[in-house]
Amino acid sequence: MGLAKRLIPCLDVTSGRVVKGVNFVGLRDAGDPVEIARRYDEQGADELTFLDITASSDERDIILHIIEEVASEVFIPLTVGGGVRKVDDVRRLLSAGADKVSINTAAVQNPQLVADAAAKFGTQCIVVAIDAKQVSTDPEPRWEVFTHGGRNATGMEAVEWALKLEALGAGEILLTSMDRDGTKNGFDLPLVRAISDAVGIPVIASGGVGNLDHLVQGVIKGHADAVLAASIFHFGEYTVHQAKEHMRRFGIEVRL
Amino acid sequence: MIDIAVVDYGMGNLRSVSKALEHVAPSVSVSVTSDPDVIAKAGRIVFPGVGAMPDCIHELEARGLREAVIEASKTKPFLGICLGMQALFEFSEEGNVAGLGIMPGKVLRFPNELMVDEKGEKLKVPHIGWNEVHQVQQHPLWTGIPEGSRFYFVHSYYVEAGTPDLVAAFTVYPFPFTSAVARDNVFAVQFHPEKSQAAGLTLLGNFVIWDGKV
Repeated sequence: MGLAKRLIPCLDVTSGRVVKGVNFVGLRDAGDPVEIARRYDEQGADELTFLDITASSDERDIILHIIEEVASEVFIPLTVGGGVRKVDDVRRLLSAGADKVSINTAAVQNPQLVADAAAKFGTQCIVVAIDAKQVSTDPEPRWEVFTHGGRNATGMEAVEWALKLEALGAGEILLTSMDRDGTKNGFDLPLVRAISDAVGIPVIASGGVGNLDHLVQGVIKGHADAVLAASIFHFGEYTVHQAKEHMRRFGIEVRL
Repeated sequence: MIDIAVVDYGMGNLRSVSKALEHVAPSVSVSVTSDPDVIAKAGRIVFPGVGAMPDCIHELEARGLREAVIEASKTKPFLGICLGMQALFEFSEEGNVAGLGIMPGKVLRFPNELMVDEKGEKLKVPHIGWNEVHQVQQHPLWTGIPEGSRFYFVHSYYVEAGTPDLVAAFTVYPFPFTSAVARDNVFAVQFHPEKSQAAGLTLLGNFVIWDGKV
């Protein structure tokens, strides 16, 4: 027995509430972030990820207060992303109690930010989020990187971008399929596998989990090191514990 | 009087360490400090840290903390965490720097060519996540923690202890490496007890009442 595959509930936060949308639009309220974090911790979540999906910068401080509150009573790793644009944003989130910070759009606009943040705070706390969308299937599947919550195409191929991020000093990749996010149709397994097999750093698969078999597939077929899901937990369909029991039945090593 | 000094040398998030200590021991006074006098007067020391070894040693020197940490390691209950464990040793491959030399041994990177599991699948570096900690010696800090409990790790380098009697626990990734060391009043762990939920909080609770004797 060795390292367990991780199951990470994800909390999308705006205006101090956890919400969930479909394909990045159509938000539905899921509750208070601190209460939800506490519940997932009790159920055996391996980590928690908070994505600040607030559009306006004057609401940025809300996420800092939420993280401070969660970090004083939940003793598992916390990752926070959304709106991280400069090294000082990373510092503020870490000092509020985040263990890792996820950088997305700003990494595309300024890859040096990844290198600077990793040099200053350590590779282990820099996660880079990749939002990818399949753009062709012929002759091989090809995925392109998008930014701004999926609105802007970058023209960059996702596997190449992942390799570049690893070289820059990213400690982990949080990989979201924009085709699958919110659909409950399961991960984009060829995408997850292509990136996980290409890089030497851990890959967290995200986007599309609708049932517990999807989590199993993400690890076994997608080769993900960790699987992330939101709505299946938020609306009470499954507990984190049930999900991990299910993964274990398929021979996946989990922490129970 | 400060009961516990958490040594702050600018390497990473010390808030979670101090919050976890306050959580397990609400009546204990915890100070996150870079003041050598506070460290000298504290009853017990937590020496945490994440990041890179060369910066760690540089920051300890720049803040005048090197001697205070070495001195504290000789006498008081002392808990090293992650980089704070690695820094106790003589040498690190990360930047090829000398450590504090409090314990014999060196710090090595997980070698790429060995990072394959028994099924032939690639193992990622950093080693991130919950892995089993196998206790190989009895110690007051293991009280109430079942053998093989999982703790949270995040690191790319590991300690190779200079003498086997230092090893308090090992973990497999994919080969056994030293995940905890113990000698007299010093205990140090590669994992993060402050992020390891119940098992981690138990270990910190044990540290808070430890008299520094084995």
